[in-house]
Amino acid sequence: MAAVVIREVEKAFGSTKVIHGINIDIADGEFVVLVGPSGCGKSTLLRMVAGLEEITGGSIAIGAREVNNLPPKERDVAMVFQNYALYPHMTVYDNMAFSLKLRKADAKLIDERVQKAASILNLKEYLKRFPRQLSGGQRQRVAMGRAIVRDPQVFLFDEPLSNLDAKLRVAMRTEIKALHQRLKTTTIYVTHDQVEAMTMADRIVVMHDGIVEQIGTPLELYDNPANTFVAGFIGSPAMNFINGTLRNGAGGSRVETTGGQILPVPGLGKGKDGQAIIFGVRPEHLALGIGNEGIVGKVSVIEPTGAETQIFVDTSAGPVTAVFTERHNFAPGTPIVLKPQAGTIHLFDAQSGQHL
Amino acid sequence: MTSVPTAPTGLGVLSPRRSLADMLDDRRVLSFLFMLPAVGILLTFLAYPLGLGVWLAFTDTRIGRAGVFIGLDNYISLMGDSVFLLSVFNTIFYTTVATILKFGLGLWLALLLNNSMPFKAFIRAIILLPYIIPTVLSAIAFWWIFDAQFSIISWALVKFGLLDRYIDFLGEPWNARWSVIAANVWRGIPFVAICLLAGLQTISPSLYEAAALDGATSWQRFRHVTVPMLMPILSIVLTFSVLFTFTDFQLIYAITRGGPVNATHLMATLAFQRAIPGGRLGEGAAIAVAMIPFLVCATVFSYYGLQRRKWQQGSADD
Ligand SMILES: Nc1ncnc2c1ncn2[C@@H]1O[C@H](COP(=O)(O)OP(=O)(O)OP(=O)(O)O)[C@@H](O)[C@H]1O
Ligand SMILES: [Mg+2]
Repeated sequence: MAAVVIREVEKAFGSTKVIHGINIDIADGEFVVLVGPSGCGKSTLLRMVAGLEEITGGSIAIGAREVNNLPPKERDVAMVFQNYALYPHMTVYDNMAFSLKLRKADAKLIDERVQKAASILNLKEYLKRFPRQLSGGQRQRVAMGRAIVRDPQVFLFDEPLSNLDAKLRVAMRTEIKALHQRLKTTTIYVTHDQVEAMTMADRIVVMHDGIVEQIGTPLELYDNPANTFVAGFIGSPAMNFINGTLRNGAGGSRVETTGGQILPVPGLGKGKDGQAIIFGVRPEHLALGIGNEGIVGKVSVIEPTGAETQIFVDTSAGPVTAVFTERHNFAPGTPIVLKPQAGTIHLFDAQSGQHL
Repeated sequence: MTSVPTAPTGLGVLSPRRSLADMLDDRRVLSFLFMLPAVGILLTFLAYPLGLGVWLAFTDTRIGRAGVFIGLDNYISLMGDSVFLLSVFNTIFYTTVATILKFGLGLWLALLLNNSMPFKAFIRAIILLPYIIPTVLSAIAFWWIFDAQFSIISWALVKFGLLDRYIDFLGEPWNARWSVIAANVWRGIPFVAICLLAGLQTISPSLYEAAALDGATSWQRFRHVTVPMLMPILSIVLTFSVLFTFTDFQLIYAITRGGPVNATHLMATLAFQRAIPGGRLGEGAAIAVAMIPFLVCATVFSYYGLQRRKWQQGSADD
């Protein structure tokens, strides 16, 4: 086990730069999730840690060692690929034993480790099968088994669950987390699914276009997003954004939305009078209000999921989503007032997108 | 199936009242009809000559004289025929050595071409050249290259002072054997290299990455990933290569005509030599038929080699 330190790392493919100076400190034993939209450079960063991709600038250290110029086999990291990359001509057992065999480990030790990994991952009865004879979830577990028999310093996962169906994905998510709690190996996990990131991570790194937008625990990111990108990316359904102008006057601050609605922002007091801002509030932080104490609009679509009901509201400031856990009898067209709960409002500068 | 509701289907083919249109609606009749042209072609151009060859081998037919059945006499006399036995040795030697060289060099070339390199497409196209040139043309070129007086190889070696006199490539038995093997290898490499390259490109790069992370050196990656993944296509290409080399005729006939003193006669060239210029059709046919057991052996061997390996099969046979 080891800490991983990523310093000012850059990557260019030819003349196109895809990673622009990334800094991440990963503590020993931590489970860090890299999350971001497709093409933001998550896989590239992970592959640079693994040594599969050269580093254009900056440095990466695993443990106390700088690994910039070490080949993958000397970095002592194990990776689970999105397509699993199991050796099709080897049985499950041989797939897991391969790295130990290459290291000329003792046959008894190999067997011990493989059996142990197989029992952790519930693979005991499949050891003699070939990868083709396994289901997607089983292959995924073999790929993890191949990583854990090696007892490496760092686990790297590149979207390991994206080929699985929704239900299995949730189950495997829990399994991977349980596995980490048991083995306590430093883990870097790449996903573009923010729910996966929220549920699994000790800390989340939100990436966008080759830079880090914010690093923090799941709840830090949820409660205090640094900018509109993080605010919109973390949380589901996504945060509502309403464009407006800040009015600081007697009786507190207000936001005047594009559609002419006045939304009080109690107790914030940040930002200049007349500043163009984005008013952000999460759908789950909206409650029913009366009169004009909130955002006024008309219900357009209702989506009950059982546990909660999601409603889409047309307002003069644009569409707004709200989520209610209690049941209401809404019908399309019903006038509605959505009142942000106290202390849940986020104001962002309209120009920079940064949180005020 | 049939569009006429009253018409019986299935066994009703035998019913005399069925019209032609009804018959044509029957899948089995129709598929038989569709197969007829292919069957006809196969019978005319494969089965008939093969059968005729096997029959001729049991006769003493000569050109211009119909033969009579003489049983195994042709084969018995071939057993004591030193030229025939030499040609069997030559054929096996030629096939074995040329195949090993073609596969060794072809695999090496395929591995090189599989790397990213400048002018990749251009180089791949060039590699195919020997395969595109008609065999006889390249044989004639080799004939010149190996010529006793005009050989460019001898000329170059002498020019550089490595030799003091010209090599007699085709005048001396072992020189001649190696020379025709060289020509065959030159012609055969592109086929092997391109097929293996196609095979290499089907191997997922992430397997190599996984192996690299698992701690495999480049030799171990070759040994444990490339070779096993290449095995299915390798055995197919090997079968074809062995069959084509074993039955080779054009190259030998154009370069050496089997000489010197039968040193490069293969079974195919000897069969032709005896049957057409020599006029002894029966004996020539017997030599040709004698190739069949060898070819069957090679095919059976590769049939088992070709069988889909266990790891390629689905879960059905688990
Ligand atoms: N070998 C390469 N050559 C050139 N550009 C590349 C190469 N690999 C990746 N890129 C570019 O680098 C950027 C980041 O790619 P990367 O694969 O890291 O994205 P990602 O965040 O993993 O996305 P996804 O969620 O879709 O997997 C992309 O814009 C991609 O086009
Ligand atoms: Mg990726």
